[in-house]
Amino acid sequence: MGRLFSKGGPAAAFASLSALALAGCTTTSDSGGSAQSAASAADSWEAPADPYPSTYQRYPGVPTAVVGATIYDGAGGMIENGVVLFAEGEVVAIGDASLAIPEGYTRIDGTGRYVTPGIIDIHSHLGDYPTPSVQAHSDGNEATSPTTPEVWAEHSVWPQDPGFSRALANGGVTSLQILPGSANLMGGRSVTLKNVYSRTVQGMKFPGAPYSMKMACGENPKRVYGGRGRAPSTRMGNMAVNRDTWLDAQAWMERDDPPRDLAMETLAGVLAGDITIQNHCYRADEMAQVLDMAEEFGYRVAAFHHAVESYKIADLLREHDVCSAVWADWYGFKMEAYDAIPENAAMIHNAGACVVIHSDDENGIQRLNQEAAKAQADGRRMGIIIPDAEVISWITLNAARAMGIDSMTGSLEPGKMADIVLWNGDPLSIYSRPERVWIDGALMFDMHNPNLRPVSDFELGQPGEGDVK
Amino acid sequence: MKRLLTLSVAALALGATPLAAQDIAITGATLASGDGSAPVENATVVVRGGRVVAAGTGVAVPGGVPVVDGEGMWVTPGLFASITNLGLVDVGAVSESNDVDADESPFHAALDVSPAVNPQSQEVGYSRAGGVTRASVSPGAGSAIFAGQGAVIDLGADFDAVRQRRAFQVVEMGERGAALAGGSRTAVHAMVRTALMEAEAYSADGWDDDGMLTRPDAAALAEVVSGRQKLYVTVHRAADILSVLALREEFPQLDLVLVGVTEGWMVADRIAASGVPVIAAALIDLPSSFERLGATQSNVGRMVDAGVTVAIGGYEQGGDYPQGLPQQAGNLVALERVPGATGLSWGEAFAAITSIPARVAGYENSNVLVPGAIGDVVLWDGDPLELSSAPIRVWIDGVEQPLENHQTRLRDRYRTLERGDLPPAYRR
Repeated sequence: MGRLFSKGGPAAAFASLSALALAGCTTTSDSGGSAQSAASAADSWEAPADPYPSTYQRYPGVPTAVVGATIYDGAGGMIENGVVLFAEGEVVAIGDASLAIPEGYTRIDGTGRYVTPGIIDIHSHLGDYPTPSVQAHSDGNEATSPTTPEVWAEHSVWPQDPGFSRALANGGVTSLQILPGSANLMGGRSVTLKNVYSRTVQGMKFPGAPYSMKMACGENPKRVYGGRGRAPSTRMGNMAVNRDTWLDAQAWMERDDPPRDLAMETLAGVLAGDITIQNHCYRADEMAQVLDMAEEFGYRVAAFHHAVESYKIADLLREHDVCSAVWADWYGFKMEAYDAIPENAAMIHNAGACVVIHSDDENGIQRLNQEAAKAQADGRRMGIIIPDAEVISWITLNAARAMGIDSMTGSLEPGKMADIVLWNGDPLSIYSRPERVWIDGALMFDMHNPNLRPVSDFELGQPGEGDVK
Repeated sequence: MKRLLTLSVAALALGATPLAAQDIAITGATLASGDGSAPVENATVVVRGGRVVAAGTGVAVPGGVPVVDGEGMWVTPGLFASITNLGLVDVGAVSESNDVDADESPFHAALDVSPAVNPQSQEVGYSRAGGVTRASVSPGAGSAIFAGQGAVIDLGADFDAVRQRRAFQVVEMGERGAALAGGSRTAVHAMVRTALMEAEAYSADGWDDDGMLTRPDAAALAEVVSGRQKLYVTVHRAADILSVLALREEFPQLDLVLVGVTEGWMVADRIAASGVPVIAAALIDLPSSFERLGATQSNVGRMVDAGVTVAIGGYEQGGDYPQGLPQQAGNLVALERVPGATGLSWGEAFAAITSIPARVAGYENSNVLVPGAIGDVVLWDGDPLELSSAPIRVWIDGVEQPLENHQTRLRDRYRTLERGDLPPAYRR
């Protein structure tokens, strides 16, 4: 029944009724709610110029050759006893032992070690829920309205969060997407950062990374707002508020000279295809509803986050080319996580759909490699064999793709950013840790050099300043 | 309907009539005995009558004992998970299924988790499948610093889970305690001292109904102040740890266990000198509050080096579950190769999730593979601390355990997404 309304003739009538019911929000609209009319509206709409531009600049590095390591290239390839060359912030070449090392390159012995692209976390709240986790630092949920597309996560990020240093030193994380929380159906814009401390968040912003908008299904929005006696208080309320909001955006886009409106600018960016959706959504049935909603209004879901039930609809997710950003084995803490199983990632991958391992956690972000390894092993025990090199793509290239930065980072292709981790052993083993981490070719962490262990302002003069953590 | 019920609960209903312990010998496996020693290859473990009778190399299998070929596998004792919520929760955020906190109860110290433990909770089954055979179960502090009395359970698939009722009392004495006691650590210490003095008065028949405590709470704390029941104290800040240890100057019988202890490394010598054991999570390394500014993953290793008895335990980070203990322990082994960090040797790390937590809970001969120990045995498909490994078979008290649960059934149902003759709901 649901599909009848979203696809066929009745859609227009249904959508118009919905729009008229929105007292005061929109004036007139017969946009019809179809993807086609959204697209035509998008043609006439122009995004404002980037008002909070990245000021990130890579730090100096030297031309470097890592020699003799096992290389996982992030795109599913593996080279034993390989060579990685990088200079001027970019990957120059990777190859086997026969790859010539140009003059002037500093050689790093990688014997017995492993190289991967920098680890990427698609779901982090570092900076917007920083430590110490005191109320004064609670900046991740603008939980005053169920739809807040007007807020931007970057305006909450505290660039002194000690968590960035742990993600770097223990997790090898070089890029991360900071999302607003999931109290709201539409939580606001994400920001993608380079994991390089700066005095300002602009100084951390990943140059050229597109924005995403965070959405949330399920229990959180209906609990937060239903608990206050306002919509949504049910899952059907969640969908209705979402759809009404998309109708508003379509109407706004069709106006001849729409006034500045932060919420509408974000929503219009989504409908125009410039901003993708990162959708917190646990249950399979709700993901399927969202996919229809995305088709109804003509936008794209890049990834379902916390998608603990993706294994039930992995075929559908493959057909829609949507990634599942998942934990390895979190389960049971809330009703919509009750059917989480540790084989989820492997089963999604096995169906040909895209897997990303995410953290949503200032501790988990330090161990994305370990989480990927657990998920791989749980698959193996049910007969799904996934090569190590493909598992590494779950925390590198697949994450980059779902964040829209895969042309710049996420794999060790010549010309891409030299975001590189040298591990002191197999990154899928519990016994391994990052030994060195380069970001844009600059050595930003070295386990052998205490001076290459960043310390946030907050930790200066505190117990354990500069400790290994 | 009846048939459905019979089949689907069959695995868990097993223990309605507990199975008898079977004699068993596991041969040719790598043995990690849990006593702190390094693993040894090609070892044999023999369990008879629910007890370990032999474990090591050069062990002869007694005649008539069925043999399991453990070649290529690892054999270990069961894991012991400390201060869990096992059996108290189905879904954390579904409050009616969650018996951890009792925010609105008129009682505090008197609360006792034993009658609330549900061995059929899925999490018990998940932990069992992860190699956890025993655990301490702790109440949470809902509205007062004294949370109540915890129990020690085994994770056998039967209804006979509670092995020791009222094994310990739990009290919050850090930031959380301050919030519960009235807004300050001063209130925590005033409350603890007052409560213990009233408990002493209760024991001495000097009970006065005008006191701070209810009579049941005073009765419960009489066990604590006399040292007959352990007192688990949650505390993190270095200075707070010392203030807690100092309580024994006024109440010398207290049998303390420190829980949390994030900044323990800063006062490790003082903790070691006190002889008080510690239960600490392994991987806390962020200043998540002002009582944890010194957090580091080296905390456990540094305390152990100073001579503190440390069990790895505590499940406060997202994704922390009892069956995740090997990951916590394995990370501390990884630290041994990080310059400036202090980790644990493999044997120390494994002991910290088996025999040591059992000993801290009061069990000397449990979760360790030495002659005479309780027959909890786990056979793994590889190094138990490695991410790729998992238990293949689990015995508790010599009884082999079912490893099926809600998750394994879902996995099997959705193994294929092909449309069949009937919906997935008919597939089981």
